[in-house]
Amino acid sequence: MMHVRRSPEEISANRQRYEEHQKKGLEFAPKALPAPSPLPAPAIDAAAIIHQETIPGGWYWSTALKRGEALRIDQGDGGSTVALVAWNAADTSERLNLVDTVKVQWTTALGKGRVIFSDMGRVMFSLIEDSSGAHDCLMGGSTAASNAAKHPGAKTRNTRDNLVLVAGKLGLTRRDIPAILNLFAPVRVDDEGGFHWRGKLSNSGDYAELRAEMDMIVGLSNCPHPLDPDPVYAPKPVIVTRFRAAPAVDDLARTATAEAVRGFENNAAMLA
Amino acid sequence: MTDFIKTSASRSLENAVQDHFIPAEAPWSGIVRKGQTIRIEDSHGQQAIDTLFYRADDFGERYSNQDTMRAQGGAYIGAGTKIVSNEGNVMLVMTADSCGRHDTSAGACSCESNAVRFGHGTKYLHACRDNFVLEVTRHGMSKRDIVPNINFFMNVPIKPNGEMTIVDGISAPGDYVELVAEMDVLCVISNCPQVNNPCNGFDPTPIRVLIWDGED
Repeated sequence: MMHVRRSPEEISANRQRYEEHQKKGLEFAPKALPAPSPLPAPAIDAAAIIHQETIPGGWYWSTALKRGEALRIDQGDGGSTVALVAWNAADTSERLNLVDTVKVQWTTALGKGRVIFSDMGRVMFSLIEDSSGAHDCLMGGSTAASNAAKHPGAKTRNTRDNLVLVAGKLGLTRRDIPAILNLFAPVRVDDEGGFHWRGKLSNSGDYAELRAEMDMIVGLSNCPHPLDPDPVYAPKPVIVTRFRAAPAVDDLARTATAEAVRGFENNAAMLA
Repeated sequence: MTDFIKTSASRSLENAVQDHFIPAEAPWSGIVRKGQTIRIEDSHGQQAIDTLFYRADDFGERYSNQDTMRAQGGAYIGAGTKIVSNEGNVMLVMTADSCGRHDTSAGACSCESNAVRFGHGTKYLHACRDNFVLEVTRHGMSKRDIVPNINFFMNVPIKPNGEMTIVDGISAPGDYVELVAEMDVLCVISNCPQVNNPCNGFDPTPIRVLIWDGED
């Protein structure tokens, strides 16, 4: 048969089921989520620190990140945006998947208590601290062309080329570069879907901590976001700290939503 | 953008060079040459049509939802939207849109994401990602080549606070989009089988794909 139409009873049952999920997803999780992390960022216990790196403005960096370790990304003095990609270290065909991340959590807004999914229905990161909640899942990073249009004549570096470099040095190719998460990029949409830069949502000294929930390779690019209104190309350095961060038993990111709980069940099955 | 340009069909069905019937829930792929126009028709209405494009002579260059959204400064796809690749090149331009609302933020359904979103009991249901994997492997590609896609006729409003949910599609039977190719592209379609959310009214239906040569 080319087309077996569902019966009205099936459609009705599926719709009812969806609406129950939708109600829980839209209503429950936002209420359960905590306030943004306090500023200034508290010091990390020196004994837990594995490595610290300063990524100069315009540059890229990659690191291995084992399960139970975290990255603190601190934008320091300036309004830097940090683009992030990640691959499962054991199988790089599993990678950051933002469309699933926003869809299954019913929101494009990521903040403290949210998780970031791979394409395989598993949790890659828990956002365990986040002072701004001003991140962008939609717009992607700068390219040579977008920089040339915004900063004619200026010598610039861009996120697209940075991530091609990250991938290339890891033995991966541009085929492996997933859609990117922009940290510290206060992009919001209006009712027509238009993008706007809400600069006040982001402050100097903002930081985010992402705990790895599987062994990963992480790539970062530190270039101005395409919507950043600063007419001068002058990206600031950011400080990244890799540290040990074992999850608490009652860890919020693992329990706040039914979707995260199921994602972690998938992680557990992989790790078993 | 919610604005759209409603156009009447400028081509006859008789002079189409390709005419494909794509059953409910099935995948399809085909080449659209530079200058050709592809029409994707939601024959029965309220059917999400998950679509990817790859440069025909270099599959490493492919549709990029983020570059496409950035290039037009907004989250929704509509008439006039330039379909942009990961290399920043325009692959196709949407020249007609009788519906007015298409998504490129929510991606394709998959067994994996369904299980997370709707419960582990929904894992073993046919999903777009499986369609995509089957179809792209015919062209020598694999899962790593599957990127965030366009969902033609899928209605996913995003609120200023970020809230995002799939709601009933607004497309009527016969609604269509047309795109003119700016380079030779491989078009890969999954005619969405999802029955866990209202992207196709919980009742997947067949679609039609037509291709016309460019006007010389």
